[in-house]
Amino acid sequence: MNSNLKNTQLAGWLFALPGTALIFLFIVLPFLFAIGLSLTNQRLISPNPTEFVGLDNYQRLLSVSIVTLSPTTDAQGQILLDDNGQPKYPRLRSITRNKATPEYKGMREWFRWHSGDQAKVVIARDVVFMKALTNTLLFVLFVAPIQAGLALGLALLVNQKLAGINVFRTIYFMPVVVSIVVVSLLWRFIYDGNNGLLNSVLSSLTWGWFTPIDWLGKSETALGSIMAMSVWQGVGFHMVIWLSGLQTISPTYYEAGDIEGASRWQAFRYITWPGLRHTAVLVLIVITMQAFALFAQIDVMTAGGPRDSTQTLVFQAVERGYGKQDISGGSTISVVLFVIVLCISILQRYLTRERT
Amino acid sequence: MREFVPSAQLMLGTRYLVLVLIAVIFIFPLLFMAMSSLKPNLQLLTDTESMRAFLPVGELSFDNYKAAFSRAPILTFVFNSLFVTATTVILTLLVCSLTAFSFVFLQWRGREIAFSMIIATMIVPFETIAIPLLLMVSKLPWLGAEGFELGWLNTYRVQIIPWIADGLTVFLFVQYFKGLPHEFIEASRVEGASWWQIYRRVVMPLCGPVIATAAILKFLVMYNQYLWPLIVVQQETYRPVMVGLQYFFQYNTAWGEVMAYLTMITLPVLAFYLFLQKAFIASIASTGVKG
Repeated sequence: MNSNLKNTQLAGWLFALPGTALIFLFIVLPFLFAIGLSLTNQRLISPNPTEFVGLDNYQRLLSVSIVTLSPTTDAQGQILLDDNGQPKYPRLRSITRNKATPEYKGMREWFRWHSGDQAKVVIARDVVFMKALTNTLLFVLFVAPIQAGLALGLALLVNQKLAGINVFRTIYFMPVVVSIVVVSLLWRFIYDGNNGLLNSVLSSLTWGWFTPIDWLGKSETALGSIMAMSVWQGVGFHMVIWLSGLQTISPTYYEAGDIEGASRWQAFRYITWPGLRHTAVLVLIVITMQAFALFAQIDVMTAGGPRDSTQTLVFQAVERGYGKQDISGGSTISVVLFVIVLCISILQRYLTRERT
Repeated sequence: MREFVPSAQLMLGTRYLVLVLIAVIFIFPLLFMAMSSLKPNLQLLTDTESMRAFLPVGELSFDNYKAAFSRAPILTFVFNSLFVTATTVILTLLVCSLTAFSFVFLQWRGREIAFSMIIATMIVPFETIAIPLLLMVSKLPWLGAEGFELGWLNTYRVQIIPWIADGLTVFLFVQYFKGLPHEFIEASRVEGASWWQIYRRVVMPLCGPVIATAAILKFLVMYNQYLWPLIVVQQETYRPVMVGLQYFFQYNTAWGEVMAYLTMITLPVLAFYLFLQKAFIASIASTGVKG
């Protein structure tokens, strides 16, 4: 008996060793490295020795303050107006380059708003990072519910008992197997400002009334366009996950509902939706994780532009860590990204926990 | 005998109309790609102003394909992608199934800790470790045919080895193994079979469905690799198809050639998918049901 136990002990170690070692070496270790490197000034190739810098990298990324600018006045205390009749404000430099306020040194404007006569200016040490952070969060916030919702709609559609329904299922899923790099390139034609397909379709639908838009070239539309394309590519994946959830719901419930005279909405509300609870959690978690990793679309379509309106965390991490060979800067962004993903997956688990 | 009520027919018609309209939304970019690859550059760009973009009209030829081959070493890229993908898929199936087998059927010290570690890695997006991993692989040693060398950049191994083991594949096998009847295994043990024989002769032959699932998921990940080869492989000798796209944007971009290249690297995958569509869809679905 004892030799048998020893036998499984040794066999167990041997069988598990390759997989466990590889995962440790290529996932766990780099992850720990990322945390370690974010506390240094490591570069890919550097003549200077690496130094420990503590939380400096995080401080540089995350420091944000609000400063108030009062309108410029003339000698009589009258507010000076600019050509458009708006109050004039002193330049931000008067604060960020002021020796009296050294804590704001090197910070730049992120955005501003007005309250009364005063202008509140939000300044950040790393404005590009802040934009990348907000864009990534916006992307997740829009894409996750829209993609999950549309995917559920499609799943309900292709779950109908119709002849040839399988053909439609196959077509809806097709973009999932196409590389996101290929998809992004194709959609550059759709979004093109001059004779892009989207502009052509919109202008022919409105008999020429629609003025063409350079979808990816304007900071107002670029991120939204990338969101729409990402939903188009990913929705089939989640349709299939919803579909497998739908098919676990026993048809007897629907028969019972029919007998009770339930409407189609009631059947969805009281039979389908409760049956999909577990699937809903999974779909949301998977979409959220995929959305946070947004990179290829940006790299192929906009490279973060125009005016940083499509910067994302992963794009910035790669641009700094690889493009500028600033390993510690890239690692710091990676750690920030991981902390956000971790918080969200803990939050989602908590919100959808089994209530007993 | 089917009853032909006009309103029911109308309902059915509307259902199909909705299904077809949605299908058009999913198909049109791919149709545009295939059609454009046959058209001269100038026509390709003017055709996007009308429905002609989706139709095989005008001057059609395979000139773009010829030009694409002379612009970039396409066969090298395709070989690299297929080699890296096939090798990784095979090694993944072997390594991850062995690991899962050990977790499910064998008792050993440290098992729970190792399993928790592997499951925890599932929430680490690859993108967050890419940069430190780049630094790491640039310094890793290797003992190869040419002797000892330092650094893994610009090789096949850097595209294969880090991707062999992953939490999801181990997890899929663990879930599947748990559903197998354990009596088989006990009986084989009594008959004196070694663990390797049980793995090889008893368990793996029952694993068709999970092998298909894991292989398809890994195939999609590996064939579509972009970020990782972009940063670790600078030499065209080792570059895969997605990174090879860059060749078509150097100097002047000929969109016809781009479309020909995109068609060439996409059609095989689509064909593979259409051929095995039931298995593809089942494999995605299985990540859902058991998750």
